[in-house]
Amino acid sequence: MNDFWKLFSRNRSAVLGLLILCLVIFVASIASLIYPGDPFLYSKYPLSKPGENGFLLGSDSIGRDVASGIAHGAKTSLLIGLIATFAAVLIGVIFGALAGYYGGLVDDVLMRVTEVFQTIPSFIFAILLVAIIKPSIESVVIAITVVSWPAVARLVRGEFLALKNREFVQACHTLGMSDYRIMLKEILPNCLSPIIVIGSLMVATAILIESGLAFLGLGDPNVMSWGFQISDGRSMLRVAWWICTFPGIAILITVLAINLVGEGLNDALNPRLRERN
Amino acid sequence: MQGIPIILAIVVMNFFLLNLAEGDAVDVLAGEAGSATPEYMEKMRAKFGLDQPLPVQLAVYLKNVVQLDLGYSFRHEMPVHELIFDRFWATLLLMTSTIILAVGFGILLGLFAAVNLNTWKDALISVFALITYATPLFWVGLMMIIVFSIKNDWFPTSGMENSAAFYEGFDRVKDIAHHLVLPTITLSLFYLALYTRMMRASMLEQYGQDYVVTARAKGLSERRITFVHVLRNALLPVVTMAGVQVGALIGGSVIVESVFAWPGLGMLAFESLFARDLNLLLGIFLLSSVLVVAVNLVVDVIYCFLDPRIEVN
Repeated sequence: MNDFWKLFSRNRSAVLGLLILCLVIFVASIASLIYPGDPFLYSKYPLSKPGENGFLLGSDSIGRDVASGIAHGAKTSLLIGLIATFAAVLIGVIFGALAGYYGGLVDDVLMRVTEVFQTIPSFIFAILLVAIIKPSIESVVIAITVVSWPAVARLVRGEFLALKNREFVQACHTLGMSDYRIMLKEILPNCLSPIIVIGSLMVATAILIESGLAFLGLGDPNVMSWGFQISDGRSMLRVAWWICTFPGIAILITVLAINLVGEGLNDALNPRLRERN
Repeated sequence: MQGIPIILAIVVMNFFLLNLAEGDAVDVLAGEAGSATPEYMEKMRAKFGLDQPLPVQLAVYLKNVVQLDLGYSFRHEMPVHELIFDRFWATLLLMTSTIILAVGFGILLGLFAAVNLNTWKDALISVFALITYATPLFWVGLMMIIVFSIKNDWFPTSGMENSAAFYEGFDRVKDIAHHLVLPTITLSLFYLALYTRMMRASMLEQYGQDYVVTARAKGLSERRITFVHVLRNALLPVVTMAGVQVGALIGGSVIVESVFAWPGLGMLAFESLFARDLNLLLGIFLLSSVLVVAVNLVVDVIYCFLDPRIEVN
């Protein structure tokens, strides 16, 4: 752990990213404390400029607090990003592990399926899925998961292919270990680092997709999100620039921070992948 | 020809997605009409073949798609394929200008960064790429509108042309180009960052190759090595990437077109969301998938053209 931290902290921008990310997580976790009550609740002060009427970042067309929306939106973005990534990694690992370990027909079939999902224009597919299942937190998570897992599957398959003929795996075979146990207990732990790296970067992408969906009106109508705030403030662009601007900066900073942390993890965990594009 | 099974799989998936959706075409029609008796709805279902078992419906759907019949948009009261072809050109224009801008400037910036490796110029380009990766497209578009249309009245906020002005000939081209500027810049920023990074990495990789050592030993100038030898080899991976990214570009154009009200396929998809016009949305999805497969094919061919060592299989 100490070694890891030494390697990670060598990349100063990654440490900065980690600090920002902690700040965002902190704001998200105390959102209900500093802004108790419904972020959708309107007030009698519409279109207040930042700093006016006690609104730190201004208010929108029906007097909702932009800062409160950002704090509550942070929760939504982080949660959706994390859950969708976790699900995508899970599916990707299962597909990739089976394809890489068994090879042959299993590999062929699974990789053809992966290929189809990789060819599909992912954002349009996500739109389609949410539109068909009806917008809600669950459907957004499902859509992001469905478009994100193929990258993990490819990566894990590659790792399993490379590891399955190594001596330690052959030794496990000789010991009579079951395939299931070899995959889960022996090979998987050896390819955790690239999975962690790709997962951390996927959280950032997931947040971007979520905000895009919410911007198109495909977010959960009952949950505050950054994308919703921006799409809602669009019509007021001419008179109230702050409604769209601040939630956008929140997205930018959060995604940037996660990307920096991801790069840092990459440098610290697998120097092999440093030339990742 | 691995493209055909992929398209077939997408068509089949399309069909099941359509069936997954709540309510069928008859429900939509009945909703439009206000009211309909159950007997009438049964009759309509029989007419559209919706009472048939699923495999039969799938076969009919496949046959229709092969004949380019993508169903009927009840909202626009037009066949889906006609609507799509109407709007296709606007999207094609936006995407072409975006690819030219992004690939062109990406190559230049990447080259510039690689030549000035580890200087402040290189660092600046890296920071630009990092920030661009993290910025949502729709937000860039809105900020562009605030800065260039609202604060400074340089570019129009929306649309593809000023239809009230009835421009003709060259004036119309100028007008469309004027409307094209902001959407193109917005859509290309992300890809610009991507190609810049790719180009930089690709140049650096080529600099490490043996032929560069040979060229130096021959006494060639660094300038000649960079522009005549390294540049040409470094371009290859960037070209492939341009193909791979087309799917993402289509997704991005949905966002950009709905920000700038650019009347293309993306805008059509956005409108169909609000109208719950699933036939139309599925049609757009299918067409964009086909487009991705087609572009990848073209890229394969270009690749062989650029590098004769590779053969099309």
